[in-house]
Amino acid sequence: MKYLKQFCILLFFSFAGEMIHHVVPLPVPAAIYGLLLLFIALCTRILHRDSVREICDFFIVIMPVMFVAPAVNLVDYWGGITPNLGQITLLIVTTTLGTFAVSGTVTQVIIRYRERRKNRNERDIARK
Amino acid sequence: MSEILQESNFFAVMLTIFSYETALLLKRKWDSPLCNPILLAVVQVIIITKLVGISNENYQNGAGYLEYFLTPATVCLAVPLYDQLKILKRDMVGILAGVLCGTATSLGVIVLLAVLFKLDHTLYVSLLPKSITTAMGLALSESSGGIAGVTTAAIIVTGILGSLLGTSICKLLKINHPIAYGVAFGTASHVIGTAKASEQSQLAGAVSSLSLVVAGIVTAVVFPMLSSLH
Repeated sequence: MKYLKQFCILLFFSFAGEMIHHVVPLPVPAAIYGLLLLFIALCTRILHRDSVREICDFFIVIMPVMFVAPAVNLVDYWGGITPNLGQITLLIVTTTLGTFAVSGTVTQVIIRYRERRKNRNERDIARK
Repeated sequence: MSEILQESNFFAVMLTIFSYETALLLKRKWDSPLCNPILLAVVQVIIITKLVGISNENYQNGAGYLEYFLTPATVCLAVPLYDQLKILKRDMVGILAGVLCGTATSLGVIVLLAVLFKLDHTLYVSLLPKSITTAMGLALSESSGGIAGVTTAAIIVTGILGSLLGTSICKLLKINHPIAYGVAFGTASHVIGTAKASEQSQLAGAVSSLSLVVAGIVTAVVFPMLSSLH
């Protein structure tokens, strides 16, 4: 029964997200609205973490399986891409690698800088 | 035999999960970045459906049941986000800066290469939202007259490429902090990257989900302006 109840709660948030998606004319998918709603519900303690624990752990672990079918579907999209295949491949590879490198490096540099500054401050206080 | 398989409601889902599980076994045996479970499963599904004579359309009809769970599964990402809230708040500046710079890089390079390659407008707007999650990217691309198929293909290839090469890039650039790791996966390869980042640690997964949401919103905001550029 526990799992069924958790699944029902999860479907409620997916459904609420779907409703907002229908009403608000923004290109934001139902899933993102649902994610924000569940997050707010957890933060405001309307919903306890334990009420969705097992179902969420389960879905996050099996998530990659859901991308298999859409990826297999690429076989059908081939026609629209083939004339510019080389350019599009180069564009996708460059942007993906570039985005990876820039976002990761920027975050790491800032976090390490703040950590160093904090440690220095703590040392200064200790010395005083 | 092929007819029964074509019409079966269960074969496609079973085949998908079976292929993914086999891919996980292979990954456990050879721990190489090329052993990406999604990629291996995709190859396996394509080979098996061809061998037993199932058309892609019939496979998609059956496997579509799995896609039904994609929205609830994405909603679930709120839980690690909530669990890691303290750390996320503490390092919010670093996370936001990383996501913003990453999104700017992604969009900037696309604009640059589209001009360089002289891609036509339709193809340009179809590729522009390639780093964000499918439903969002698709809506943006269609709003400017992009081709849905090209956008979906670009988004999925981006996701798989990120989950395939992400770990190696992070090793190469010495990105080893779990927060920076999560930002890179979420910003560069959306939900597929987040699924991969969650394998490393819960913190990386949480940061990755936050990053994909922020990257999506930022892209949606600047998209109308950028789509009229080329």
